[in-house]
Amino acid sequence: MNYSSYIALIPLLPLAGFILLGIFGRKYFKSSSGIIGTGLLLVSTVLSLYTAYKYFFVDGKAGDTYQTITALKFTWLSFSENVSIDMGIILDPISVMMLVVVTFVSLMVHVFSLGYMKGEERFATYYAFLSLFTFSMLGLVVSSNLFQVYIFWELVGVSSYLLIGYYYDKPSAVAASKKAFVVTRFADLGFLIGILILAFYGKSLDIKTLMENLQSSELAAISAASFVGISALTWGLTLIFIGGAGKSAMFPLHIWLPDAMEGPTPVSALIHAATMVVAGVYLVARLFPLFALTHAALSIVTFVGIVSAFLAAIIACTQTDIKRVLAYSTMSQIGYMMFALGISGYGGESGLGYTASMFHLFTHAFFKSLLFLGAGVVIHFIHSNEIKDMGGLRKYLPITNLSFLIACFAIAGIPPFAGFFSKEEILLASYHSNKMVFAVALLTSGLTAFYMFRLYFSIFWNKNTVVNSHHGEGPVSMKLPLVILAFCSIFAGLIPFGEFVSSDGKALDSHFDPLFSIAPVLFGVVGILLAMWMYKKESNKPKQISNSLGGLYKVAYKKFYIDEIYVFITKKIIFNLIGRPAAWIDKNIVDGLMNGIANTTAAVSNWIKGVQSGKVQSYAIYFFGGIVALAIVFLYLWK
Amino acid sequence: MVNDFLILMKQELVITLIIFVLLFVKLSNKDTKNETLINFVNILLALNLVSGFFMIREGNLFGDMFHTDELLTLEKNLLNLGTLIISLQSYNWLKDHKHMPEFYILMLSTLLGMFFMISSNNLLMFYLALELSTIPLAALANFDLEKRRSSEAAFKMIVSSAFSSGLLLFGISLVYGATGTLNFAALSTSFTSTPLNIFAFVLLIAGFGFKISAVPFHLWTADVYEGSPVPVTSYLSVISKGAILFVLVSVLYKVFTPLNESWYNMLFIISVLTMIIGNLFALRQQNMKRFLAFSSIAQVGFILIGITGQSAEGSASVIYFVLVYIFSNLAAFGVINLISATTGKENINDYKGFYKTNPRLSWVLAIALFSLGGIPPTAGFFGKFFLLLAGAGRGNYLLISIAALNMVISLYYYLRIIKAMFMDANENPIEDVKAGWSPKLAMIICVTGIIITGLASGAYQYIYSLVK
Repeated sequence: MNYSSYIALIPLLPLAGFILLGIFGRKYFKSSSGIIGTGLLLVSTVLSLYTAYKYFFVDGKAGDTYQTITALKFTWLSFSENVSIDMGIILDPISVMMLVVVTFVSLMVHVFSLGYMKGEERFATYYAFLSLFTFSMLGLVVSSNLFQVYIFWELVGVSSYLLIGYYYDKPSAVAASKKAFVVTRFADLGFLIGILILAFYGKSLDIKTLMENLQSSELAAISAASFVGISALTWGLTLIFIGGAGKSAMFPLHIWLPDAMEGPTPVSALIHAATMVVAGVYLVARLFPLFALTHAALSIVTFVGIVSAFLAAIIACTQTDIKRVLAYSTMSQIGYMMFALGISGYGGESGLGYTASMFHLFTHAFFKSLLFLGAGVVIHFIHSNEIKDMGGLRKYLPITNLSFLIACFAIAGIPPFAGFFSKEEILLASYHSNKMVFAVALLTSGLTAFYMFRLYFSIFWNKNTVVNSHHGEGPVSMKLPLVILAFCSIFAGLIPFGEFVSSDGKALDSHFDPLFSIAPVLFGVVGILLAMWMYKKESNKPKQISNSLGGLYKVAYKKFYIDEIYVFITKKIIFNLIGRPAAWIDKNIVDGLMNGIANTTAAVSNWIKGVQSGKVQSYAIYFFGGIVALAIVFLYLWK
Repeated sequence: MVNDFLILMKQELVITLIIFVLLFVKLSNKDTKNETLINFVNILLALNLVSGFFMIREGNLFGDMFHTDELLTLEKNLLNLGTLIISLQSYNWLKDHKHMPEFYILMLSTLLGMFFMISSNNLLMFYLALELSTIPLAALANFDLEKRRSSEAAFKMIVSSAFSSGLLLFGISLVYGATGTLNFAALSTSFTSTPLNIFAFVLLIAGFGFKISAVPFHLWTADVYEGSPVPVTSYLSVISKGAILFVLVSVLYKVFTPLNESWYNMLFIISVLTMIIGNLFALRQQNMKRFLAFSSIAQVGFILIGITGQSAEGSASVIYFVLVYIFSNLAAFGVINLISATTGKENINDYKGFYKTNPRLSWVLAIALFSLGGIPPTAGFFGKFFLLLAGAGRGNYLLISIAALNMVISLYYYLRIIKAMFMDANENPIEDVKAGWSPKLAMIICVTGIIITGLASGAYQYIYSLVK
């Protein structure tokens, strides 16, 4: 089959699901909507797998290099003589990989939700939103044009807003969805300006043309043009990265992520594993040839990535809500992917970081969705998110116990689980390019093992909770995804990823080196043993340790007060310095007039007095003042 | 010659015809039912809209005072479309109103004024047309005769606009004094950058700024919008602004080219002020009309960014955005109009729990607000992006950054209303409102417009091909 004959169906089927369920779902498919959404997505998943097979093994290669294939493209709008906006689908190693990851993880979430969300009043709406989310992300990964990326980027934001706020009668959910939307939208403003800068200098919005233009003829111009000593190229890419950092919840724009836990748990699995947060990493990877042109932008990516990875790992050690622990672990792992991109070079051996980053994205998708779905089962069972309400659950939830354990081994980087191989490659790449980053990353990987097993032991071992829940692990639809994902979390690492995905399309040999991996594995094992010692049996060791750490523990527990800093800046500074005076003017001058009029009696004399309160004249004075100011500025100052 | 006259001025002639018919009906004192008359007007407006797409010719009339071509015809058509939508929306309000014919006579007179203004090829003609489009508006603002606020709105409007036209006229006379001509083509070469000319130009910009409520010439806006009947408010904020923006783009691009550095900087300042002030004030409004008034001030700031692009794209994106703005803002006003006419409620707090009782209307309002906030896949998203893309052509990233920041602020307050409608509980929500076919039709047109003009690229392409 030719790509163009079916490829559009992959994103369009979920869209069809959204439209169908969104409009008719509540009336006609009340109970069958889950099956419809899942069925449509299943077809998409099969098509994606087929595409991956065809691309990687049949016709993706020309010589020894994977090509970028434009499977579908049409000019949607020509904005001006040289800027036109195309809509299309491009296939290259990373977009094909993402197609598989997104459809597959989303499918698991769809199946899981059949059981998890059963009996919800807005079941059809839920599936409609899930389909929209999947569609937006699929559209994003195959985009051939920066504007197309931006449209789907915003759509991802909209759909996450809808899903996080799904329980709209819960005030915390409403607040969380608004926070996620506004914070990421704020970051997107960087993205928007970045696009405009690149389009202005690169004279195109088409990613391929843009890269060709910027790598050759326009490079001098965009490097020379500078603002406060930084070249336009660096500005453009840094701003785009800010957009990516917002969606990927990188420090310091991560504040929305923990709150986003207010959405239904399967949605968290989708957001964390395959859709929203990886969008930022994907964006940097998609534009990587441009990032590789400027060292400065990549340094920022590295710095933000490593800081996020480390900071989040520390915070995760102290949180007591299992979804929050998982949220910070996502932030930490995404940080890994980011700094791996940041330290990477373009082409050949130096591109190891790029391959490693994409590899980690790939394996992380499986074990992170597994962790969240597992957490979903636990929460479903115990009706609480707090660790303190859990313990000894291994007897009640055997499958969840085992799959959660597998996922924890994978994320901790213990061989032969999937996370080991990808993390290994990231560490190796950082070892070769930046020892400092390597050291922090190594430490972080130890922390990761610790907090994940802290979670594991606290939930499934530790004290015995008395459970009077009448249902077990839930229906098959909830267990099956766990088993499948556990399988992937064990074996996905064995794929020789470098052969398929690399910065320049040429195969990259595996860099597996048993000697090098001793250190990371050792750190991981120490972390696990420590967690075991502290949390396997109920004891007061954790308490003693946190007490002995005193203030440090508190600071980490309070998430380094970053939320508070934001609140301080927005509420205290912005609100007081700008909002208050503006409100005052409006209240006292503008409203005051209205109130004054409303309060006067109906008597004509008062009426006249009300209107002639001098205010219309004062409008005229402002008006006249405006003219005089403009005239002075343009006659004398700004000639 | 007569043929020329009929074809070139066909849109103006149809509007004049409607005005005269209504005038005779009113004078003849016959008992014609309001419904019949409204339908008659709507049908003629619709015909005028359709005929505006055929037999378009370029040409001048009245000794080059009047000029028309395909682009100007399109601009008039957009205004005609907007007026038709408003007319459909006000059906419920007007059908029992004893002064219904006057409403149309006044509104269509201003529309006629706008048509002439768009076609004007001479500053004097422009001024006359501007006055024709302003004075009846003040009478319209006073249309709720029994309400004091309405009278006050009219009073404020007439005083403020008299002030602004006085200064505008002063500016025009300075232009004439300096160059000896008022003809656009002649001005485009002789209007050089001397201090006197710059001063005259500032006066002209202030006149334009007043009409589009750009800061600091905007102070009349909120009071007048709040006091006027809703259809008049929507007419003022959409149609009247749209017309002036059309003229502003073409005058700046074609006539005041010698001054382009100065006007570029002027628009930069005005645009930044307008966006920021409009947004900050919109943040805390409690009254829906007042809220939309300030948010539409912020929107104008955005449009000015597109104008600063000074290119065919700039012009096209402004016209495109006005089209989008007509649909989005009128959809929002349509809902508010309906609620205000049936329940009298106009506060944001009254809209709490609106979704429970009026799911369809809340979706219309939500889509409109999403479009105004610039969220895909609505047309507003594309419109704003195009404006920014055109503005970025000058490489002024400070302006673009401020604009982008304002987009986020505006998103915040648009979401506030969406939250009130969908998420907040209310013990005493607005009851289930029956719209009737006419407002329903108007809303369908608007929502379809919001979706289609965004997703289908045809609208922008067509405008762009005309501008080039």
